[in-house]
Amino acid sequence: MNFRHVWGLTLRYTYLYKRSLPRLLEIIFWPLMDLLVWGFLTVYLTGAGGAAPGLVTFLIGAMIFWDIFYRAQQGVALAIVEDIWGRSLLNVFIAPVRMSEVIAATYVVGFFKIILTVSIMATLALAFYDFNLLQMGFSLLPFFANLLLTGWAVGLITTAFILRFGQAVEALAWGIPFLLQPFSAVFYPVSVLPFWLQPVAWCLPSTYVFEGMREVLRTGQLDGSMLAWAFGLNLIYMIGGGIFFNWMVQQARVRGLLAKLGTQ
Amino acid sequence: MSDRIVHVEKLRKTFGGNEAVAGLDFEVRRGEIVGLLGPNGAGKTTAIHILLGLTTATSGTVEIFGLDHDKNRRAILRRCNFSSAYTNLPANLRVWENLRVSSLMYDVPDAARKADELMELFEISHLRDRISGHLSSGEATRLNLCKSLLNDPELLLLDEPTASLDPDIADKVRKILRRLQKERGISMIYTSHNMRDVEEVCDRVYFINHGKVIAQGTPAEVVQQFHENSLEDVFINVARGGELVSEAAKQSDPT
Repeated sequence: MNFRHVWGLTLRYTYLYKRSLPRLLEIIFWPLMDLLVWGFLTVYLTGAGGAAPGLVTFLIGAMIFWDIFYRAQQGVALAIVEDIWGRSLLNVFIAPVRMSEVIAATYVVGFFKIILTVSIMATLALAFYDFNLLQMGFSLLPFFANLLLTGWAVGLITTAFILRFGQAVEALAWGIPFLLQPFSAVFYPVSVLPFWLQPVAWCLPSTYVFEGMREVLRTGQLDGSMLAWAFGLNLIYMIGGGIFFNWMVQQARVRGLLAKLGTQ
Repeated sequence: MSDRIVHVEKLRKTFGGNEAVAGLDFEVRRGEIVGLLGPNGAGKTTAIHILLGLTTATSGTVEIFGLDHDKNRRAILRRCNFSSAYTNLPANLRVWENLRVSSLMYDVPDAARKADELMELFEISHLRDRISGHLSSGEATRLNLCKSLLNDPELLLLDEPTASLDPDIADKVRKILRRLQKERGISMIYTSHNMRDVEEVCDRVYFINHGKVIAQGTPAEVVQQFHENSLEDVFINVARGGELVSEAAKQSDPT
């Protein structure tokens, strides 16, 4: 990997944020809206008296964690979608850069964007709802890393679909995370799911993170096996995602679709 | 060192059942500007996309700088560049930002000086802080040309480079390209629907129709082969008839 290329592409995606209000809003506005909706819902449920103990912390924690996964996935997929919209993708494909360098650049930009978003959300959650994300202590780091990896792997797969099938499927950039959400046990434990769906849930690395998060919030203890499963599955997802991505790009190349995406 | 920069032989490309390129042969020698001409759908854009590695060939040989294209794609792209009236640089970036990013992607040494030189050459120095999306189409084309020369390419692929330029700027661009060819020995593949452009810029042309070369030579030779008055007349005849075969092609393929 040529780090000069990665730096160039990182600059390319970073410059886009410097003077784009919608992109800046994406970092602050939507996460803030999510936080307000889920935060006030928990306040309401708690006030209504029927809420399970710790519900506020579970839901707000889950919402912030979900945002890490979602933003990581979006960081990869939207960078490519925006290049398609701007008819500027061709200049990337014809440069002597590897696709892995392009993806690495989206990871770098996505990482810093997520740090910023999570910092803002954590600060607001503390101020508005008395939820301290740091109460999870050291376990926050492996949870964060795992969600980042899952988001990146799903982002790779999403981008592969977009490069292969073009603008007709660009809605996947926003849609795919929500296909996974019900099975990731984001806002409820896996045990809530029908018996036959639970094995599906345990195939997703994100499920182990959300279950692990609830465990830490409930008991203060981090279940190491949950993390091991999450890291192991993420490794498989990243390798599988990479293979799938390369295969789909090759298919797009054979069909002449890369050129079409770059110019239409 | 071989004089041959691009060597394409029996190149075929099919999309489903449609044969976009049907046994194309052409070559580009060092320091030569070669025009690929033909009506829409002739196969010239597909051929250029294959040279750029955007699409793969179904069969045939593509060698650039003596290197097999499939096995040396990135090494070849490092020594090439491309400019088209139909692609953009990221619209939200300032002119200098776009050139800086491209410099990094092409490993250009002393990039700032190089970018300044090129902006001056194409008379867009005063636009260096302008958002690229706010440029006129002519200015954007010149920015694209600056980008395409950043890495001092040995081979430059130009897809209708003067399509959106006014006659004055188009004339300047043609002169710059000619100058670069003479001073730096850059080889160029040039596509255009503006036949005056082609006659003025290209040393040789390949006339392509239905994915095959139907005539080749200097622009004057091709006009003569078709017994026409100008390249534009040749183009119109080929585009309308589609079956018109030059004298040279008749002689080489009596069937």
